Amino acid sequence: MSNVTLKVNGSAHTLDIDPSTPLLYILRNDLGLLGPRFGCGLGQCGACTVIINGAAVRSCVTPSSSVKGEITTLEGLAREGTLDPVQQAWIDEQVPQCGFCQNGQIMTAKVLLDQNPNPTDSEIREGMARTLCRCMTYYRVQAAIKRAATSMSDARPASGQGGVA
Amino acid sequence: MTTFTNIPKQIEELLEEWKGAVSRRNFLKGSGLLVVGFGAASVAGASLLGSGAAAEAAGLAQAGGPYPDPDFRQLDSWIVIREDSTATFYVGKTDLGQGTGTAFRQMMSDELDIAYDKTSLVMGSTDVTVDQGGSGGSDGIERDGWPMRRVAAEARRVLLELASVQFGFPVDQLAVSEGVIAVKADPSRRATYGELIGGRRYNVTLTGADINETTGLAKVKAVQDLKIVGQSPQRYDIPSKVDGSLTWAVDVKLPGMLHARNVKPPVAGAQLVGIDESSVRDLPGFVRVVSKGNYVAVLCEREEQAIGASRQLKVEWQRPATPSFPTSEDLYTYMRHATPTSSSPPTVVGNPDAALAAAATVIEAEYDFPFQGHTAFGPAHATADPSNGQMTIYSNDMKSYGLRNGVAEFLQMPRDQVRVVWMDGSQAYGRTAADDAGFEAAFLAKEVGRPVRLQWTRQEETAWDTKGPAYTFTLRGGLDDHGDLVALDYSARAADYHHLGYNEPDTVLIAQFMGMGPSMPASGRAATPSEMYAISNRRMAAQVVSLPLVFETPLRTGNLRDPNGPQVTFASESFIDELAAAANADPVEFRLRLLTGSTSDDDQFKRARSIAVVKAAAETFGWDPRPSPKPRGTGNILTGRGTAYAFRGQTVVAQIAEVEVNRRTGHVWVKRLVCAHDCGLVINPEGLRRAVEGAMLHSLSRALHEEFKFDTEKATSVDWNSHPTLTHADTPARIDVVPVNGDPNPDRPDLPHYGAGEAACKPLVAAVANAIFDATGVRLRRAPFRDARVLAALRAAHV
Repeated sequence: MSNVTLKVNGSAHTLDIDPSTPLLYILRNDLGLLGPRFGCGLGQCGACTVIINGAAVRSCVTPSSSVKGEITTLEGLAREGTLDPVQQAWIDEQVPQCGFCQNGQIMTAKVLLDQNPNPTDSEIREGMARTLCRCMTYYRVQAAIKRAATSMSDARPASGQGGVA
Repeated sequence: MTTFTNIPKQIEELLEEWKGAVSRRNFLKGSGLLVVGFGAASVAGASLLGSGAAAEAAGLAQAGGPYPDPDFRQLDSWIVIREDSTATFYVGKTDLGQGTGTAFRQMMSDELDIAYDKTSLVMGSTDVTVDQGGSGGSDGIERDGWPMRRVAAEARRVLLELASVQFGFPVDQLAVSEGVIAVKADPSRRATYGELIGGRRYNVTLTGADINETTGLAKVKAVQDLKIVGQSPQRYDIPSKVDGSLTWAVDVKLPGMLHARNVKPPVAGAQLVGIDESSVRDLPGFVRVVSKGNYVAVLCEREEQAIGASRQLKVEWQRPATPSFPTSEDLYTYMRHATPTSSSPPTVVGNPDAALAAAATVIEAEYDFPFQGHTAFGPAHATADPSNGQMTIYSNDMKSYGLRNGVAEFLQMPRDQVRVVWMDGSQAYGRTAADDAGFEAAFLAKEVGRPVRLQWTRQEETAWDTKGPAYTFTLRGGLDDHGDLVALDYSARAADYHHLGYNEPDTVLIAQFMGMGPSMPASGRAATPSEMYAISNRRMAAQVVSLPLVFETPLRTGNLRDPNGPQVTFASESFIDELAAAANADPVEFRLRLLTGSTSDDDQFKRARSIAVVKAAAETFGWDPRPSPKPRGTGNILTGRGTAYAFRGQTVVAQIAEVEVNRRTGHVWVKRLVCAHDCGLVINPEGLRRAVEGAMLHSLSRALHEEFKFDTEKATSVDWNSHPTLTHADTPARIDVVPVNGDPNPDRPDLPHYGAGEAACKPLVAAVANAIFDATGVRLRRAPFRDARVLAALRAAHV
């Protein structure tokens, strides 16, 4: 056991834990952050995805002591009570069936859109291909990603100096 | 270390509201006059009130039990109206993720005449909702929706009577709108539902032979008068699933709770010889090894400790002396040569043998379909609390009432000392109908006297969950010299010996491991096609075969979404396509020809609905009539389209798949799907659309990827690499869901609502196979259509 400090959703936590413990169990059982979920423990499905330094990371195979950057979980996506555009698109598109995998879908899509604000259909398929859903909501997930891309694009100030009249 | 006591947020909110008030249980007993508010967000959690440790933590006394069933013959068991004119409905169903909860609220709000957004719903928790059995078989809307509608209509009737007394006007001179009753002649004289009955009991006794027949004096509304049914309010549960605020069954955390993991035998049928507890005794957090028979589990203080200890525990097993089953490669040969364990007498119409002998053309084909797992995305889990000598199980079991009954019997406890609190979980398509984890968590909690949270590993779930049975088929068909189908001979074999029931205390896996299994296996069944083709001579035969190992096997069968449907329809609707090709007929036209005959009124009605969906699918797709296969293209990508249709219960669907087949790699991409879907009265069109999309893509996964593989002693499909599933990369570019109402009289007042959870699973595999044939001229008779299998078939045919 040793002290590990984790920065999660804007707060720092120092915990006395076995440092090899996968991040997932610390987030869920010690920090009460239940957005990331156990699906395989093998890094194959994406249910446990969190964002660390702008990358989608599978917390079920990430030793807690290896985490250096700020962690964002599903609970940390909303800003001042306003859902992230990706989350809002998920509601508008009524994406989930059971919803159990949707943490992985949303967090992976968030990173995809942060890195590529206007993905093509094939970029979405490829970027999301390793994030699984057994209710097979893929068709709606892909529609929601496009919806979120549009709403984020609309919300961004126009490029150049003139702005929009 | 920080210790968190995770009382689910919904419980905390409820506990706040509860202070100084009475419990729902007391309300149901009639000792309370006030009804405590349930926020709309509290849905599942509302039922957690008084849960053992959570309530104890808050210093409340309702925890102790017993937990008798609410009386379904009391209106108060179904509906509560509060002083602020909001209402909560209590139903004995569970929502597996298809939005049925939203649909139930729509149906009940409509009959009660209250705004949808003034209502909330509590589902599936044994001591606070009436026992409608939980979910399964796509019966939630079709069967259980009726008593829900009737009791809501009865609640409205009683409110009208109360208003009639208050205002001194007969009921027919009163008007009801959105929870307000007014005198028609003087609308200033009005009363809200809250003013009329808010916080008080109805004390109305209902009638009906059983819960499905439950009724009051009121009649349900005519279809034409329904306003909320047919609309598409958004699902109430989605926001909390998107922002991370929902507490799922897998999230329950109780004070003093231990974490458990099972230790499964390395091969099927192994006998436990010994456990070396010293291999884990000194690990941090280790609490205990519990074993009985061949069942072994490790319990630790923390989750990662339990995972580590379950891996490190040294257990000696004795392998069985003989192979437990053929390999998955040898399975079909084994099944075709095995002596059946049971055969239903074949259904025979006309004289199929004579008709085949006289036919101008006879074709014969064999089809194979593998074992496929439920492969739930979230491995099995449950948390059990043995406080106060009772047992509370927090579970996502679709059949929570059955789990309560099964566990009570398994642990030899009175039923009313066991309750199941249903909470959201990973959709599992029938897996939780035999909820192994619920039984195991309860057993362990009773053994150690502390709350226990148990979760299966991915490998355990993929290997040991219940399977949909493998099938082999032999079909023969005869065409006359006009190309008309004059004889069909269907013969199926299902590897379905010892098919699991619903939460039976002697067939769940832990009971088998403990040697508490039944003396005789359940015989299982093999199914026959659901289509309504009028064929003058046909034989339908179905047999069950057994594998050598019957118990304690990863090849135990259970109800996988639309049990038998995708298998049987793959064979029967592919073979119809073969016959259409042999007749040089367009596949849609060939089917429509077979649907024109009539033998009885009921058949005629079903054929009319069949024709309606087959035509609607073709029209939506833009089907160009011609025989299959089409002239083969010259590029690497070959395209084609195929159709298939089927019934699931009273619901009928026709589907069309458009595929691209890569002749160099064998890769199949289903580019477009069309589903014409007739489930009678549609409650929530947008919800239906998404459920149908999901059902189709689930079967697409079964068509393209899923095959549970094994050697002669164990599963070799154990994770998402060794057992692939559909991914984003496979997703069609376009899906059209076309609601059809094929009722000849769509305005009749009692237009029924049929089920929609599974029907769209049924014909999809066949539609894809037929499309591959159309594109390539190659008939695939064994699923799944993985790249290597398709490529081999293309090469064999020199495509």
